[in-house]
This record gives sequence, structure tokens and C-alpha cells, in this order.
Amino acid sequence: MLTSHVKGVTKGYPLLIKATEVKVNEVEFNPQFVSRMIPKLEWSALLQAAEGLGHRQDLPAELVSEYEKDEEFLKKVHRALLEVEVIEGCLQCPESGREFPISRGIPNMLLSEEEA
Amino acid sequence: MKLKELESCLQQVDGFDEPKILLEQYPTSPHIAACMLYTIQNTFGDIEGRLVADLGCGCGVLSIGAAMLDAGLCVGFDIDEDALEIFRSNAEEFEISNVDLVQCDLCSLDPDAYASKFDTVIMNPPFGTKHNQGMDMKFLKAALTMAKTAVYSLHKTSTREHIQKRAKDWGVKMEVIAELRYDLPASYKFHKKKSVDIQVDFLRFSKA
Repeated sequence: MLTSHVKGVTKGYPLLIKATEVKVNEVEFNPQFVSRMIPKLEWSALLQAAEGLGHRQDLPAELVSEYEKDEEFLKKVHRALLEVEVIEGCLQCPESGREFPISRGIPNMLLSEEEA
Repeated sequence: MKLKELESCLQQVDGFDEPKILLEQYPTSPHIAACMLYTIQNTFGDIEGRLVADLGCGCGVLSIGAAMLDAGLCVGFDIDEDALEIFRSNAEEFEISNVDLVQCDLCSLDPDAYASKFDTVIMNPPFGTKHNQGMDMKFLKAALTMAKTAVYSLHKTSTREHIQKRAKDWGVKMEVIAELRYDLPASYKFHKKKSVDIQVDFLRFSKA
């Protein structure tokens, strides 16, 4: 859901993830929460991110209908969304090319004064 | 989880090593944090299973408490990497995995990008004193944009009328949930007294 705020950039989304270290953390599965998260996401952006990190599993290109009843599907989304964590790497703005570093799992979205 | 239990857990959360005056880094006491979160969950049901944002999260006492009360995910936003580093090690120590951290400047962030993405926003924002005038309202504006349901925040009681007026302009409902005495231990050199109590309102803003 992060987006770039470099001046002149209108969309700045989705940020391209370049990871050098990825970790999978176990997070308690809450199917209702995952179901409620899905409409907030841009599905293609999630897929692109999961694919880039090697954790797409076999998530379909199109969002399935009635996903809230499909526990297997929700589990995969849960994994991609909550359990796969980029520890080191960066996020790159698709428009400006500006890279935002990720260090110890925390993305730094700060801009310099000239950029803001 | 019981209130007492939550409070005693939050006492284990590490605070600022060297608070930064420009960022008004005052800690949220475990007692206040626990009472806030307990009310948010038990009276309004706005934490469990929700996507929660914590603005100006600092070392993370509110986020960690929200995570313990089973927030779906709590995302902490702060400008200061030293505070976030302490937050990270706190989360690690508590073995909490349902929190995420982002280093960013809420004042230069375009909150529309996050419009209504979060269910609930919780925060103890800078009070907007000294060099920071108006910072409290900038935080509140960002919070209201980001939240779909409600914003919970602490503000100086002396600013209540002003905030009430702004809330009305923005078309949100404001209620005072509690009046607190915020015991501010002398954290900075310019503080002459050992500690000082300030009157603080615990406010809930809800969107129609």
C-alpha cells in the first residue's frame, strides 16, 4: 500500500520491491481479517510483489469470486500479505526511479527537502 | 486479556533513550496506553481483527498493546529512525509479528494515498507546543483521512474547544472519552520541576 511522494509523481504506485533478504514470519491466521483486507488491495500489485519475492505460490492472476469462503485461497493471501517480510532491500518508485531503502524490515520513505 | 495484565505487559516496553525535543518525544505511560486500548477494544470493538495505524508511534507502546489485543495488523508510522529501532527491538522481544513499521514524515505524506485504508487510527501525537505549533492538528487531519471508522487521540484539554470547532468543519463527530492527568516526567533539561501534570483529553473521532 505504500506509494512514492516524490514531487511531480502522480501515481507512484505500485512500488517495485527489490529484496536482498526476505524472511517468513509465522502470523496467526485470521480469515475474516484477510477477507476484509482483500478489497483494499490492488490485486495485481500484490501479485507482482509476491512474485518478485518468490512467494506467489499459485495465486491466480484474477481475484477469485466468493474468496471469503475459500480458506485455502485466504491462507495463501495471508502468507503473501502478512508473513513474507522484506528485511533488507529497497522499494523503487515506478515513475521517478527513486529508491527507498528498507533496512531491518523498516522502509524509509523520507524525502530530502528538494524532493518534497 | 485483563486491563491489569495489559498494563503490566506494557511496562516491559522500552522507551526513548534520548528523547528529541524537536519531535516532542514524550512517552505514553503504560497506564495511559493500557486504559486507552482497553476502552477502544471493549467499548467500541475497534482493535480486534482490525487494520490499525499508529501515527507518531515512537517506541511503539500503543502499537504493541494493540497487537496484544489481537489487531489484524498494526502499522506504526514515525519520522525518527532511532525510535523505530527501539520499537523494532520491543516487537522482537515480545515476539509480536502483527506489527509493521514505516519511516516517513506525516506532514509531507499525501494522506489521500491512504484514504480510508485503515479501520482505526490510534495516536498520541505531539501536542504542538514550542517549535511545533499546529503539529497536533496536522496529525489529526492525516489520521482522519486514513481512518475508515474512528480515530483515537490524546490532546491537551486547553485545546478542546479549538479541536471541537475543527472537527465540526471537517464533518466528524468528536467525543471526549476521558479526561486524564498526564504525568510528564522531566525528560528535558529545560524542565525545572521533577514532573508536571498536564490535563489531557482522550478523544474519539468518528466518521459519519
